[in-house]
Amino acid sequence: MKKPSWGAILIALIPFTAVCFSVSLWDRVYPMVLGLPFNLFWLISWLWLTPLLMWGAYRLEVRDASASRGKKGGSH
Amino acid sequence: MSGSAIALTIIFGIILLGSAIGLYAGSSYKMDLEQWTVAGRGFGLILVWLLQAGEIYTTFAFLGAAGWAYSRGGPTFYILAYLMLGYVFSFFFLPQLWEVGRKHGMQTEPDFFARRYGSKYLAGFVAVVGFIFIIPYVQLQLTGLGIIVTVASSEGVSRTTAMIISVALLDAFVLTRGVRAVAWVSVLKDSLMLIVAVVIGIGVPYINFGGIGNMFAVLAQAMPRHLMMPGATQTMGHAWYISTVLLTSLGFYMWPHSFGSIFTAKSGNTLRRNAVIMPLYTITLPLIFFVGFSALLVIPGLSNGDLSLLTIVRKSFPAWFLGVVGGAGAITAMVPAALLLLTAATLFAKNFYRPLFAPSLADHQVAKLAKMMVVVISVLALYFATHSSPTLVQLLLIGYAGVTQFFPGVLFGLYWKRVTNTGVFAGMIVGVATVAFLALSKRDPFYGLNAGFVALCVNTAITMLVSLATNAQLGFEEPGQEIIPL
Repeated sequence: MKKPSWGAILIALIPFTAVCFSVSLWDRVYPMVLGLPFNLFWLISWLWLTPLLMWGAYRLEVRDASASRGKKGGSH
Repeated sequence: MSGSAIALTIIFGIILLGSAIGLYAGSSYKMDLEQWTVAGRGFGLILVWLLQAGEIYTTFAFLGAAGWAYSRGGPTFYILAYLMLGYVFSFFFLPQLWEVGRKHGMQTEPDFFARRYGSKYLAGFVAVVGFIFIIPYVQLQLTGLGIIVTVASSEGVSRTTAMIISVALLDAFVLTRGVRAVAWVSVLKDSLMLIVAVVIGIGVPYINFGGIGNMFAVLAQAMPRHLMMPGATQTMGHAWYISTVLLTSLGFYMWPHSFGSIFTAKSGNTLRRNAVIMPLYTITLPLIFFVGFSALLVIPGLSNGDLSLLTIVRKSFPAWFLGVVGGAGAITAMVPAALLLLTAATLFAKNFYRPLFAPSLADHQVAKLAKMMVVVISVLALYFATHSSPTLVQLLLIGYAGVTQFFPGVLFGLYWKRVTNTGVFAGMIVGVATVAFLALSKRDPFYGLNAGFVALCVNTAITMLVSLATNAQLGFEEPGQEIIPL
């Protein structure tokens, strides 16, 4: 089974850290941004940033896949 | 016509329109088991997107999210995080899963377990567990439908009557058209849902407070703690948040219906691109939170937070618009409910009953049994929906705690050669038992952690230990592996 590339995994760790593990850093009401409590503003920003990052991960995966196909028939 | 008559007419009009689209969709296809369950594996990017959105944005996202914003506050934000991360996670293993699925002709989640671990008993167990935990998810949709009709009719039509009518319509289109019906009704559902979310998400705060910023300013002044975790609860702090987000984002595609939808895609890359763009679909969810938060200030003290969205819409908008919101909500409940019924029924007939009790059953007989099971499951869920009343989010979390126990078996199955049938079986049994014990003895959250997450950790540890203690087993592509017929 082909495993995902390390680069893509590292990119994916960014949103995991930003919206999950770091909760105690951003779970606050003030400062309000654009009229939203800070925690909600933070999460909404990541709704936009995550697809951007994952698009980068997608480019990496596609590049890796075609590179390994070129080398040895795409296995492992 | 009175206000509630107008609202109800519009709601039922929208439900009928949705059912008509469902009945019309794919009427030119011959419905064998493969068409009925995975639509012949021919869905491209847009249809897969619609199907996955159709099953994820359920009445839970609509009434339940507003309900929690109203009654719990800050902990509700876990919903945004878990949806986002669920897609991130899916990016990595969906394409692989799709590939083995195509190679081995898989249609369902237990099919995966049957082929990977070479055990029809393990597959049968997965089918039963999936079946059991789908029931609260169907119940959630029916409860939502009941709430919609009751509030829209100003308590004129009883919840039970509304639920019975919806179940009848639902069964009709599931039984005749299968998974194609679901994808096409999603088109109507998603456009309505989008319009409604924008109008009420901006409209409700604007009408009552003059804007979203003003509403939050008032709320932060009046109840600053409500907007943070643990909000209005005692137990849902940061540890609960992290464990719940992990549990639900890992479990996202472990739902048998989501797992099955992977196989409807045309290629693995379709799924990967899908995972990249799906988080954008979540953009409407904060709008639903705004409605719940506004409701808390305008109409405090509702017995059930799940009523808050519709009650404040009824108060802020004309009756016809309440009808549109109710109709959108009703379809938002019916589309996923249809898919859930379809999946649970297929699991029962194809992966539990046939392999374990009646191996000689032909495909068309399995299809017939599955259709009977659609009716049985909907009646069961209807029974639970009329006899118990947890909140919508609670129902979803119960289901998640259960289905996420499949996760170690799926992930190790794809990436770890050394994992064995016995290991996965042992881990899963202990995981499900832990969920049941903690939930039934009211120990959820368990020391501040989501009980399902605790069970998942125990499950993973046992799967690994038992796998290492048992003899290695042949994997997918290795010659000599016993092939279980699917």
